[in-house]
Amino acid sequence: MTILQILWFFLIFVLIAGYFVLDGFDLGAGVLYPVLARDETERAYIRRSIGPVWDGNEVWLLTAGGALFAAFPAAYATTFSGFYLAVMLVLFGLIVRAVSLEFRAHDASWSRVWDVCFIVGSFLPALLLGVAVGNAFAGIPMAANGDYSGVPLLGLITPYTLLVGLLGFSMCLTAGCLWIALKTPEGSDLRARARKLGGILQIVTLVLFVVCGAMTLGVIRPAIEPAMWPVACVFAVLFAIALIVSIYLGRAKGSDLGAFLAQSASAVCLIGLLATSMFPTLVVADPAGVGASITAAMAASSEISLAWMTGIACIGVPLVLVYHVIVYRTFRGRLSEEDVA
Amino acid sequence: MDILTDVALLSRIQFALTVAYHFIFVPLSIGLGLITAIFATKYYRSRDEKDGAAVRLWVKIFTATFAIGVATGITMEFSFGTNWADYSRFVGDIFGAPLAAEALFAFFLESVFLGVLLFGRNKVSPKFYTVSAWLVWAGSLLSALWILIANSWMQTPAGAELAADGKKAIITDFLAAAMNPSIAPRYFHVIVALLIIGAFTSLALGGWYLLKNKHTDFAMKTVRIGAVVGIVASCAMIVTAHASAVQVSEEQPTKLAMMEGMYNDEVPPLYAFGWVDEENEKVITPFAIPGGTSFLATGTWDTEYKGLHSLAQEEKYSDMNVADQPVNLVFQTYHLMVAMYGLIMVTAILAIVFTMRGGRVRSMRWLQKLFVISPLFPFVAIQVGWITAEVGRQPWVVYPSTTGPDGVALLTNDAISQSVSAPELLITLGLFLAVYLFLLIGWVRVISHFVKQGPDEGAAKAADGNLAVASAGEKGGEQ
Ligand code: HDD
Ligand code: HEM
Ligand code: HEM
Repeated sequence: MTILQILWFFLIFVLIAGYFVLDGFDLGAGVLYPVLARDETERAYIRRSIGPVWDGNEVWLLTAGGALFAAFPAAYATTFSGFYLAVMLVLFGLIVRAVSLEFRAHDASWSRVWDVCFIVGSFLPALLLGVAVGNAFAGIPMAANGDYSGVPLLGLITPYTLLVGLLGFSMCLTAGCLWIALKTPEGSDLRARARKLGGILQIVTLVLFVVCGAMTLGVIRPAIEPAMWPVACVFAVLFAIALIVSIYLGRAKGSDLGAFLAQSASAVCLIGLLATSMFPTLVVADPAGVGASITAAMAASSEISLAWMTGIACIGVPLVLVYHVIVYRTFRGRLSEEDVA
Repeated sequence: MDILTDVALLSRIQFALTVAYHFIFVPLSIGLGLITAIFATKYYRSRDEKDGAAVRLWVKIFTATFAIGVATGITMEFSFGTNWADYSRFVGDIFGAPLAAEALFAFFLESVFLGVLLFGRNKVSPKFYTVSAWLVWAGSLLSALWILIANSWMQTPAGAELAADGKKAIITDFLAAAMNPSIAPRYFHVIVALLIIGAFTSLALGGWYLLKNKHTDFAMKTVRIGAVVGIVASCAMIVTAHASAVQVSEEQPTKLAMMEGMYNDEVPPLYAFGWVDEENEKVITPFAIPGGTSFLATGTWDTEYKGLHSLAQEEKYSDMNVADQPVNLVFQTYHLMVAMYGLIMVTAILAIVFTMRGGRVRSMRWLQKLFVISPLFPFVAIQVGWITAEVGRQPWVVYPSTTGPDGVALLTNDAISQSVSAPELLITLGLFLAVYLFLLIGWVRVISHFVKQGPDEGAAKAADGNLAVASAGEKGGEQ
């Protein structure tokens, strides 16, 4: 394995982590939209809290997809075609969601229709992307050329992959609650409700993480690289610490920002744990198929291509971070009544 | 072959449908992005409430259109993996990088500053607001560049070689791949086309208000900006269109033969219209300029080009079965595009003549009506232009162009996802039809709502209060 291949293996997971943290909270906010908001004003608060940022957040997914295509075409081809119907469901979710967010405010007589699009469109990616990750990690049957050879869609849903999906889902919902708490007016009922639900969801997340961890070690038994064991353990511990810190900051300190940031840190640790447990494999093969696991070395593009990609990333990633600082600063602070008028 | 079971055919239908749909809204949003930015600048200079109302209206129309472009664009990026897995494996080394660069350099830029444009009116200074409008537009030009690099590389591969195992193309020279022979003509041709559709949409909106005798001040401003952008772009069009035709004649001989219906070697004449009798392999037309196309491509009236039959004899093109080539489709779409150019030029000239110098268009109902339907011309030209380009390169998805590296070519039938079955494709095709129809209805509802509302100056007052505060703040900062 070359340095560039290793670098790009981890960069892909960095992009996934960026997506999980950023779009995670706005997808979560979308799923919780009908649960948390009781009236039209509260609904407007939730929509407005993610209004200026959701599109930029979603681009992390496109970048991760593009980078996977560029750096590891074979892994991109196998996963996207293998998970065909699941990917399409995610896609239709993202499509109706994007449009509903822009159209809702301008189409009063269809507000119900656009609300349903927003909710369903948030739900599908928030749940299914985790299920997809669970599959790549737990192993799928593959043909000799690397194509998925299992049953379409239904073959991808097992107790374990569903569990991974639920873990990701509850992380998104938690982040959504904490974000809403952070953005809504200090004394509002909506904030109180979001904080309360967020706290409950954090406990649920911890439980799911423990169950998932036990099942991973007991049933899935991933072939973790010996050198990666300690790093993976560190990520697992950091995950739990970050989550507990988040609970503490939210409950005891009443710091919405602190709770949200610590929660985001835990999401990064979870992806770190995933990356280190999978290294250097991108898609694990299930023994039921004839094809071998797809490793970074097998799937990688040529060194010339990776070198150019590295150059592109060196210029692009700092720019992207600057853009994000600009928007999040411009729209910092709690929303006020004016914002939703 | 049955259409219900042919995975390659179904994937092509799905791709063509989704990309053509994406390319209804993308041209509109890139074209209108310019108009919006021009109005934002105008407002920044004048601080006139009426211009402020105009900006708000254009921002709303622009972002509603942009939203569909974004939503349907995700489909395109995923589709290479979902529907064209073997294609992805073949070209990933080269094709992936521009796609990733597009997201990194262009989509982030667009999406972030779009947020400012939509929600930042009262949060940022007027200067920053205006700059944001231009940045969104710049982002969309960049995204077009990267995606067209990817597309042009598959039309005219360069900077690559076939891997030792023969299963994929490997990059040898990134810059040569990016600067492949067709990128420059294609990029400029496409961008100019998008500016035309933006300009004509602006004419259409102004024309509509003039017809209804509403918001006439706004209408005249909009028509004037549309007329200026329209005439500049329409004149530039002929240069870029010519360059595209020359590029095809040099690099893609089978496409050229299909565009002009040449089965046998000949000096290609210029047809205004015609019908390709595919069975008898000849073009039926009442009128042709002998040697015309030869002149346009090379500047001489007697250059002979190879027809499909002799091309099929060549090693490079031996996978082509002449009888299966959709020659008439390519011929018709190509000539329709050129015909549309005629209508576009006429409209652009009328627009500039009658809006400048006293604005006589105010009282010319027929011209106002022409304006209202005028976006149809570039719309049709763009759609059929892409059909020419994409169907013309069949049966290859990576085309073995004249100067292309040996062996770097891929048949469309070899590009599919083997793990995806026909029933799955039928399901998703049905879903695409339903969801995209739904989006279209939503878009029409929202846009007609905006148009009915018009540039509303009541709200302008309220917002201007804020802007006055903001600009006072800015001035304070400068002192
Ligand atoms: C407003 C839109 C518009 C107008 C008026 C024209 N075109 Fe066009 N044309 C396009 C919009 C377009 C396009 C949609 O943008 C295409 C599709 C692929 C591409 O590169 O640009 C295109 C493709 C395209 C191609 C194929 C390029 C390829 O296959 O690689 C040729 C040869 C031309 N054009 C030539 C012309 C000529 C000779 C025109 C008239 C004088 C003309 N176009 C007017
Ligand atoms: C945006 C405007 C575009 C339009 C309207 C368009 C149109 C089409 C059409 C009509 C087909 C079907 C060809 C056939 O069935 O014979 C097609 C195929 C295809 N196009 Fe494009 N295209 C566009 C841009 C692009 C771009 C920018 C790319 C690459 C990035 C691309 C890649 C492909 C691929 C991979 C196929 C499938 C293989 C094939 O059928 O040839 N297209 N496109
Ligand atoms: C000439 C061809 C194309 C051009 C000029 C173009 C340009 C654009 C632009 C400007 C946007 C932003 C939204 C908008 O303005 O409406 C967009 C969205 C998008 N396009 Fe296209 N596109 C083209 C074809 C394609 C194709 C073939 C793909 C597939 C790879 C694609 C992928 C995307 C994606 C993923 C988005 C979503 C971006 C976001 O979330 O901000 N585009 N495209």
